[in-house]
Amino acid sequence: MSTAAEHPTYNYKVVRQFAIMTVVWGIVGMAVGVLIASQLVWPALNFDTAWLSFGRLRPLHTNAVIFAFGGCALFATSYYVVQRTSQTRLISDKLAAFTFWGWQLVIVSAAITLPLGLTSSKEYAELEWPIDLLITAVWVAYAIVFLGTVKMRKTSHIYVGNWFYMGFILTVAVLHIVNSAAMPVTLFKSYSVYPGAVDAMVQWWYGHNAVGFFLTAGFLGMMYYFVPKQSGRPIYSYRLSVVHFWALIATYMWAGGHHLHYTSLPDFAQTLGMVMSLILLAPSWGGMINGMMTLSGAWHKLRTDPILRFLVVSLSFYGMSTFEGPMMAIKTVNALSHYTDWTIGHVHAGALGWVAMISIGSVYHMIPKLWGKTQMASVALINTHFWLATIGTVLYICAMWVNGILQGLMWRAVNEDGTLTYSFVEALEASHPGFLVRALGGAFFLTGMILMAYNVWQTVRKDSTAPVADASAQTA
Amino acid sequence: MSPFWNAWVWAITLVVILGCTWLLLATRRSEPHKESTEETLGHTFDGIEEYDNPLPSWWFQMFIGTVIFAIAYLALYGLANVKGFYGWSSVGQYEEEMAHAEEVYKPVFAKYAAMSVEDLQAQPDGLKIGQRMFANNCAVCHGATATGAHGFPNLTDNDWLYGGAPATIKQTITNGRQGAMPAWGAVLGEEGVRDVTSYVLSLSGIEHDTEMAARGQQQFQALCTACHGADGKGTQALGAPNLTDNVWLYGNSFAEISHTIRTGRAGVMPAHKALLSDDKIQLITAYVYSLSNK
Repeated sequence: MSTAAEHPTYNYKVVRQFAIMTVVWGIVGMAVGVLIASQLVWPALNFDTAWLSFGRLRPLHTNAVIFAFGGCALFATSYYVVQRTSQTRLISDKLAAFTFWGWQLVIVSAAITLPLGLTSSKEYAELEWPIDLLITAVWVAYAIVFLGTVKMRKTSHIYVGNWFYMGFILTVAVLHIVNSAAMPVTLFKSYSVYPGAVDAMVQWWYGHNAVGFFLTAGFLGMMYYFVPKQSGRPIYSYRLSVVHFWALIATYMWAGGHHLHYTSLPDFAQTLGMVMSLILLAPSWGGMINGMMTLSGAWHKLRTDPILRFLVVSLSFYGMSTFEGPMMAIKTVNALSHYTDWTIGHVHAGALGWVAMISIGSVYHMIPKLWGKTQMASVALINTHFWLATIGTVLYICAMWVNGILQGLMWRAVNEDGTLTYSFVEALEASHPGFLVRALGGAFFLTGMILMAYNVWQTVRKDSTAPVADASAQTA
Repeated sequence: MSPFWNAWVWAITLVVILGCTWLLLATRRSEPHKESTEETLGHTFDGIEEYDNPLPSWWFQMFIGTVIFAIAYLALYGLANVKGFYGWSSVGQYEEEMAHAEEVYKPVFAKYAAMSVEDLQAQPDGLKIGQRMFANNCAVCHGATATGAHGFPNLTDNDWLYGGAPATIKQTITNGRQGAMPAWGAVLGEEGVRDVTSYVLSLSGIEHDTEMAARGQQQFQALCTACHGADGKGTQALGAPNLTDNVWLYGNSFAEISHTIRTGRAGVMPAHKALLSDDKIQLITAYVYSLSNK
């Protein structure tokens, strides 16, 4: 590790650790994703092995990409951004180190228990209670480090990126604790404290806000630093960021009911889930507008800077999926789209297009600075990664749109006597080509991540050929 | 919903919607620049500055539009204990759609309702409808081709547990059946179970130990004939299978048959009278009948 990169004030060690693990867990999580996507094309790929079966690997995939890849990206960037925008070191190196090792332990525990079939069966909250307790401890430490550092800032105001990071950290704490409340019966089994429809509502209040706060607010924090920083442009509108921040966190909270349209959830909760989701459109787009408009005057940089391309395209996918979401929350649309591949396509427009792309762009921005280089070892390879990621995402989303609408229409088709025209398996058979295209899209995206790992390694290793930065430039 | 929770739901809903609207309007009213500006707010964070551009007006209007839509939707569809102007409820919507379906599809079934099962054999369209309803309601156990599965009878072989006359088939679908083979393990002992198994195998001409079968025959005559008959040909009134025709509900291996004798079997055909109307059951009956009466 180059000593030239040791910043006199900032704790870059924990940022470097999380940045590297972002790439590592990204590859692991996406590789599992490509495997299970391939199992849907060629079912024999589960090799008749319980722990390789789709049902067990699917939660491993979601946990790995959301909490391992996305989580490490959020830790890395938030620690980096809060120090640089508050001009102060993290308040505790020990607690920061605890969040790193604790979070890695959570991820490894998940990677062991989920394939063993140990699960609380709550989507995106599958981990059993001992791991939930560890998550709580790590998260409290994270909140102390982050909020404490903001409190010790040497700037008069709190930077907008840090509002979003704080909103994300505090809300995820509440969501995790409330939704994971359970009665343990053995070391590896617990039961939710909530009954029936209440449990479903709590689960999707959590589930939708995991999207809203973990995957949106946190990554908007990232956006608000790396987009202006990489483009060298001022933030477009301070007042827009105020309105969309408060409206976003207020409205997201009540939108989860749209996951339970046409179920035993009380009518009013479904109604609210729909209208709040529609109101959410404008606050969501506020972030996209602020990011996009920040680039105005710097569009020419897109020609030469693939990192900026990652950031801009991520904002485009963010805008697209936050338009698609409210539309899918409308009950009439939901009646067609619910339970189909459309939902999975929507999630991946957000997860690949927005979350992964903004994380990748941000990590490419940080890595050279963290290791005292002027740029990544290969800018051309970043460009190749950009195209692989973009093509992969587009293939994935389009395949799922086609499949989703196809499935929705086939499921609801009736004969002149009112019986169903197609059996379930016929719709499944019709989905097969889409499954193949989806697996291909995923493989494109994964290949890009492997190139990234190689590029990062070439940049950070001891005898790296990447140009060394002037030490004084580091404080800028 | 109690008055407290009713008030709570209304309060949080209005606080969120009106709070967002107030924030939006207040922020717009206090804009120092009505046109786009290059003036920053003056502070920098790690070199990042901020403009204070006005809220884009199309975005502002879209925001207001969604708020108006939300309020109108709540007024029409209701919230918590307050019914909307449409008087809508999901149960009401379900009942309405079911009534509509009843109205649309009733004539389709009415056409066949008066025909006997035998007459329906000459109605290919009617049999087609019966087949579709079989696929939706029956195929999960009896298979898409109605050839059955382990524990679920094959309906195409003209071999019947309860009888294959149209009225009997209809009775089976309408009211269901409870097949009950008692457990004889405790009475017969393990050796007795094996002996009777051998005898049952002999009835269908399957390879067996003749000595054991001879012993088993005596036990069979004492314990099994009440239902299966002295000749082992069964009794349809009781749903007791014919043991001499080499047609097996649970397979004809020594292990399966001895398991049946030792621990008994409980077969269940669910009743469908609460799920399907009589005219629909009539068409399913006609389809099932057609499978073994070509």
